[in-house]
This record gives sequence, structure tokens and C-alpha cells, in this order.
Amino acid sequence: MNPVNAIELCDITKTFNDIPANNKVCLQIRWGEILSLLGENGSGKTTLMNILAGIYFPDSGTVYINGNEVTIRSPKDAYDLGIGMIHQHFKLVDNMTAAENIVLGLKGKGRLDRKAISAKVREIGEKYGFNVNPDKKIYDMSVSEKQTVEIIKVLYRGANILILDEPTAVLTAQEAEKLFDVLKNMRDDGKAIIIITHKLQEVMAVSDRVAVLRKGEYAGTVNTKEATVQSLTEMMVGRTVSLNIERPEPVDPVPRMVVKGITSYNEEGYKILDNVSFTAYGGEILGIAGISGCGQKELLEGIAGIYPVTPDSSVEYYPDDTGKATELVGKRPMQIRKLGVALSFVPEDRLGMGLVGSMDITDNMMLRSYLKGKLGFTDRNPPKKLAENVVEQLNVVTPGITTPVSKLSGGNVQKVLVGREIAAAPKVLMTAYAVRGLDINTSYTIYSLLNEQKKAGVAVIYVGEDLDVLLELCDRILVLCGGKVSGIVDGRSATKEQIGLMMTSLGEEVKK
Amino acid sequence: MSVLKNDRRIPFLRIAKRAEISRRKAWAIRIAAILLSLITGGLLIIALGHNPFSVYRDMVTGSFSTRTALIATAKIAVPLLGAAISIAPAFKMKFWNIGTEGQILAGAIAASYFALFQHENMSRPVLLLVMFLAAVLVGGLWALIPAVFKAKWGTNETLFTLMMNYIVLNIVTYLRTGPWKNPSSSGFPKIAMFDDSARLPNLFGVHIGWIVVLGLTIFMYIYMKHTQHGYEIAVVGESENTARYVGMHVPVIITRTIFISGAIAGLVGFLIVSGSSYTLTDNTAGGYGFTAITVAWLAKLDPFAMIIISIFLAVLKKGSNTIQTNFKIPASASEVLTGIILFFMLGCEFFINYRLIFRNTKIVEVQHD
Repeated sequence: MNPVNAIELCDITKTFNDIPANNKVCLQIRWGEILSLLGENGSGKTTLMNILAGIYFPDSGTVYINGNEVTIRSPKDAYDLGIGMIHQHFKLVDNMTAAENIVLGLKGKGRLDRKAISAKVREIGEKYGFNVNPDKKIYDMSVSEKQTVEIIKVLYRGANILILDEPTAVLTAQEAEKLFDVLKNMRDDGKAIIIITHKLQEVMAVSDRVAVLRKGEYAGTVNTKEATVQSLTEMMVGRTVSLNIERPEPVDPVPRMVVKGITSYNEEGYKILDNVSFTAYGGEILGIAGISGCGQKELLEGIAGIYPVTPDSSVEYYPDDTGKATELVGKRPMQIRKLGVALSFVPEDRLGMGLVGSMDITDNMMLRSYLKGKLGFTDRNPPKKLAENVVEQLNVVTPGITTPVSKLSGGNVQKVLVGREIAAAPKVLMTAYAVRGLDINTSYTIYSLLNEQKKAGVAVIYVGEDLDVLLELCDRILVLCGGKVSGIVDGRSATKEQIGLMMTSLGEEVKK
Repeated sequence: MSVLKNDRRIPFLRIAKRAEISRRKAWAIRIAAILLSLITGGLLIIALGHNPFSVYRDMVTGSFSTRTALIATAKIAVPLLGAAISIAPAFKMKFWNIGTEGQILAGAIAASYFALFQHENMSRPVLLLVMFLAAVLVGGLWALIPAVFKAKWGTNETLFTLMMNYIVLNIVTYLRTGPWKNPSSSGFPKIAMFDDSARLPNLFGVHIGWIVVLGLTIFMYIYMKHTQHGYEIAVVGESENTARYVGMHVPVIITRTIFISGAIAGLVGFLIVSGSSYTLTDNTAGGYGFTAITVAWLAKLDPFAMIIISIFLAVLKKGSNTIQTNFKIPASASEVLTGIILFFMLGCEFFINYRLIFRNTKIVEVQHD
């Protein structure tokens, strides 16, 4: 008779720079169950899982696998113990096939027996309901296919304990459904599965039990059946929070930005944006939905003058209600700002584009205004004041304004970035995946900041991936599909299914 | 489930990144590294059959004790500091300019042209000023070539700047053996010595270049820390995407910065030919451009720290010359000695950033409040 617990963690402690990421955490995972690991940013979920995967070594504590005490010193040890982790960022070689990636690093004979490998891959696929072609190259694959390859990779190595770190962050709703079916098949096969996620709806839909970490400590485990979204949030945050996103009616919406036929080609000459047109109104939040990589990034960057668009594209900016427009296409961001265009942009890549990681908060506040100093010198006084204000008003957790932003946690980095962009008093505010990777608390702070801007008459553009949030927050939702506008729907009446369908097929096809 | 095979021992050695390290502890590590390097070097000296204490003593006295020794040391430190200053903005921008050696030579060639062939047409101050301007301009333009290629087509600047060194070195050889050969050197391919009017005046025994270089150090500190250009360099170095996001013109910033870098290197070339060698040779740049990279890294691109480091390296170099003469230690052995000291100094940075945890190390429990 096998022990019930696949993994038992006892008093695991791991500190970084003398700050405990995990403090005496205990956790049990049973065979044949899906356990959700829940917690805010920085609560130590990923650290704990990395310890299981052999990436980190705990300072103290014991790990039992199948009832036996073990020591996991390297990812290889973890594999030998049957633990496989699917990371948030895929670790695949692009120009190899699925099968080659799956066997990569495994010991074997000098010659690859491709037929046998393909057969085994197909067998695993059939067993759990995957759909995968072992001979397809990775670069030809969609995000969800790549993820499938990652999962098969660990199964192929004989893993019976699977850890998935935010597996649905990059998937569409439909793809996530499929993944959950596969996970359930694996559970029914007796495997132990841990998924890390921020999305409470998914936790409710897929898991058997939920373990919660709070600030590096174990807050408890509950049966999913007995939990509610509200109760889980309270466990995670440690206090009651309101989970309703406010959506005030737009007051007196006026056109602020009219985008007409924006078209763009990427470096390979592939049409990444195809004749996208829409109008953003002051006092409303316009959502943009779509499968990732459908042109959302290029659209916002194109408007901001960072990404090249074709000359016949047009972005008209209306500073006031006189109907006089400023054309933004063909101008660089600096020129756009000099024309008095109040356009703020919170890009997707916060530390790689919106901020400079190694610089402190003050210097990051100066990014947009560094030319304001006299005689070619920089004046750090105004940005310093701004830094102090942002830290105070948005409750940025930081040792001080001289701390490099890369040392802050994800949520605080985003607060610094959003704070700076809002401080510029925008008339149009574009945000790309503003709450990606943020915990529930910070996410709600961001939503309410956006709503404040909306109430102040700003035209807010919100590119998002979570359809539930888009449907709760936005007044209208533009759906992109393959760089084209699939349609614009009303946020108050549209359904998730409708948008999901529009994301994968263009508007006309939907009507048929 | 399968039988578990697992070695229960915890790893023998682990490496962990340090959080903050106190200044005192960091300096303690550095001093320990220097002591260790002296001990290791001492073993080498003993193996060569000398007394390490007297060798080390002569190394120091050889570079400081007499006025002549001091001047010789300063003559090494000045171009080294200048070259390191020229590297600072390029490296801050993560433009790996290892063509300083060539840029020094390019500047030296330009200055030499006026010193050799135009000295009769100008008064001394005008001549020196023209030499200075020519060196700065040509050094900057020489550096501009790889910078433009990088900015326009994204070529690899490391290889490009390195290869440019060989081109300019061969130009010097060509000039020395061909058009600029001194006719009165009786067949020996050499460039003539400069006329007195093309030589820099001395101040306290050393050519006035040392004042120029110290001035440059202060300039570079302010330029990097407090100007808009300096800020742009830092942003481009960290993330070109961020620079584009705020609308900085990245190609302009790259070319401008590298022109400045090359111009300072060219100025160093002028100081060498006009201040200390009074002629142009294949050895004019003398490896300063490469040693300056070590200086720049050891100083973490801080101009003021570069002063201390370049003096330190100059002492090592001068000292190793002294012990070669005093003890008949071969040049290669004294270079090994210098290498040992540098190795320990660079290596100790690892122990400042990381700590080692051995199997039996007690880990102090951190109380979480």
C-alpha cells in the first residue's frame, strides 16, 4: 500500500539576503490530487516549488517523498525522485523538434531512435489527451503547444509529481480549459499535481485542495469544495477585501484619440497589424483583448511612436473639444511630447522598457523629464519630489527612493511605473498587461487607479489577458485576432464565450 | 511507486549571493587578497632564489624613493588614467570599446604629423594647440567608424574596435619605414625626434599632461553623473528599449559618446608623443589601451577610483622594471608577479559578492516578525 502523501514538506526555511522567502513552511500533497498553491506576490510560492525542483537548496527543513526523507540537491535529483516542474518561461530549443527537445539531456545511445521516441511521445499524448506532433519544430508552435511539449518532457522522464508555475498566464480561455482536462486525466491516473496560479476562478475550477502561503508562511490548506473566492482571498491577504471592480458610467465621453487604419510589418516583413481602427473616448476604459502576440504590443508601441507603422496609418489626438487634431504617425516619442500630446504609456515589459532596473526611483522618475534641466545638466530635485510622492501615495514598499527599482517586488515596480505615467497628467493613458504577475491586492490598486483616471476624463486603454477582469472593468472591449480588429463589443453586455470566439476567429466568421 | 535512490548528504559546497556587505568587511577581503597575492608571489620569488622581502621593498622604493623614480612612475600613470577615463563612457553605455589602443595611436599619428612637418610654420603655443586638436579629432573619428556601424547595422563593436587596432598599428609601421622615415637615421627605419617646439612643457618634472588628465577626470565625473548626456548614456547602456520608449535617439547617443571616448584616447596619444617619447613608434600606445580596461573595471567606472588604480598599476609596472635590473629577474617572471597580484585583486570581488557555504557551516536562523 502506497503512502497517501506524495510529498510532505516540513519546516522548510529559505532566506535570501537575510529575508525569509519561506519560513517554516509545511505542506502535503497527496497522490491523485490537484493542489493549488495560492499566495500574493512574494509570498514564496515559486521559491518553495524551486526547492522541490532542485533549483534552490533550503536552509533548513525536511522533504519526504512517498514517505521517505530525501535531499534534493539538483534538478537531476528532482527528476530521479519523479518531480517535474513546468516553468513559467519555457525552456525549449527553438530550432529542434518537439521529440528532440523532449529527449534533450537524457542519457541514451549515441544514435537517436526517433521512431521509438515519437511513438512514446504519441503514447503519452493519447493517454492524457494531449494533441502533439513530435516532429514539429518548436518555432512553428503556438504557446499552448510549447507548453504541451514541456509537460510531455517531464512525463517522458517518468515524473509522477508535476509542478506547474502559472500555466495559464499565457493561454486563452479555451486553451486553459483543454489544459485542465489534461491535468484532470493525469490526476485520475494517480499523479500528484501542484499548480501555482493567481486566478481564483481557475483554482475553483480545477483543484481538489488549495494551500495558501502568506508572506512566506504557511496559512493553511482547505478543500476547494468548502472554499469560496472570497474566503481564499481573505486567507491569502490576511484580511477582508472587496472583490468588486468598480465601473462608473462614462460621463460625457469625447473622442480623444482616433486611430485609422494602423498597419505595421514586423522585422521579418510579416503583417503584424492590419488596418486597425478605433476611437478612444475620454472618460471611458477601452479594453483590448486577444490571444497573446496578436498585435497588442505593436499597436500600443505604434501609437506611442516606438514601433514603425506604415505612413498611411493615422493616429489623431484631440487635446480639447475644439476638434483640432494632432497627427502622431511618423513622429518620435520626443517630438510627440513636444507637441503637447499628453499620452502616457505603461508598457508590458516594465523593467526592460518602462523603467531602468539598475537606477533608483528618483532617476526613473526623471526618464521622461531629464531634458528639463538647464545648460545640459540634469536637475534631480523635481524627480526626487515626484519619487517621494509616488512612494507615499501608492504605498510603494521600498527601503527608500535611492533603491534600484530592480530590487523591488513586481507589484511595487508596477506602482512606480504607473505612478510616474499618471503623474504626467495624461489625456490618453495606455496600459499593457498592467496587472500581469501582480497579486490580487496590487491588482485592485491598479484597477482603482485606472478608474480614477477614467473619472478624471482620461481616455484609458487597457490591454488585458484576463477576460473576467476585462468584462468587469472596461466600458468597451476591442478584440484583436491576428493583427486585425475582430470586433468591438460592449463590456456590460458581452460574454466571455463571445469574446473567446472573437479572439480566435474574425468578426465576419463569427456571424456566419 | 519505484524504490527511491537518494543520496542523503547535503552538498559539500554551495554558493550564495551576499546581501549588503559592510564597507569594512569588503576592505578586509581586499586587504586579505593583497596579502595572499604577496605570499603567492613570494613563493615565486623564493623559487627564483631571491629574498621576497627585499624584492618587494625594491619594487616600492624603485617607484617612489627618488625624484627620477617618481617622475617615471607618473609618466606611466598619466596615460593610463587618461585611457581609462576614455573608456568610462563607452563601457557605461555597454559599448565594449577595446580599440583604445588604436585610438591612442591614431591621435598620436595626427599630432606627430604637425610636430614633424609643420613645426617651422607655427609658433610653439599654436603648434601645440594644433597638435592637440588634430589628435582629439582624429582619435574621435577613428572611434566613430565602429560606432556608426554599430548604430546603423548593429555590428559587433568588440571585434570591430579590436581589429581597428591592427590597422592603425600597421599604418605606423608603414610611416616609420616609408614616408616618415628619418633620412638621417642611417638606414635604421625610425621616425625623427620632435623639434623642441613640439614638446610639452614640464611642471614639477612631469609634462603638463598630468594636469590635463586630472582635469579630464573631474570633467568625466560631472559629465557622467550630472549631465543629460551622462543620463542618456546610462539609460542606453541599461536598456535600449527604455531609451527608445522615452524617445532618446539611440544612434546619435552611441556615435556621440564613442566620439568622445575616442577623442580622449587621441588626446592621450598626443600627451605620450609630445610629453614623454617625443617621437612616434610602434610602441607609442604601449598597451595602455588594454591595461586601461583593467583600470576601468577595477574602479567600477568611477573616475576618481581610477586615479588610485592607475597609480597602483603604474607602481607595479615601474617596480617590476626595477626588480628586473636590481635582481636580474627576467622580464617574464616580473610580469608573472604583476599578474598574480592583479589576479587576486580581481578575484576577491567574487568573495565580496558571494559567500561560500560549506556542509558544516551553521546557518543563523532569521527570526521573522
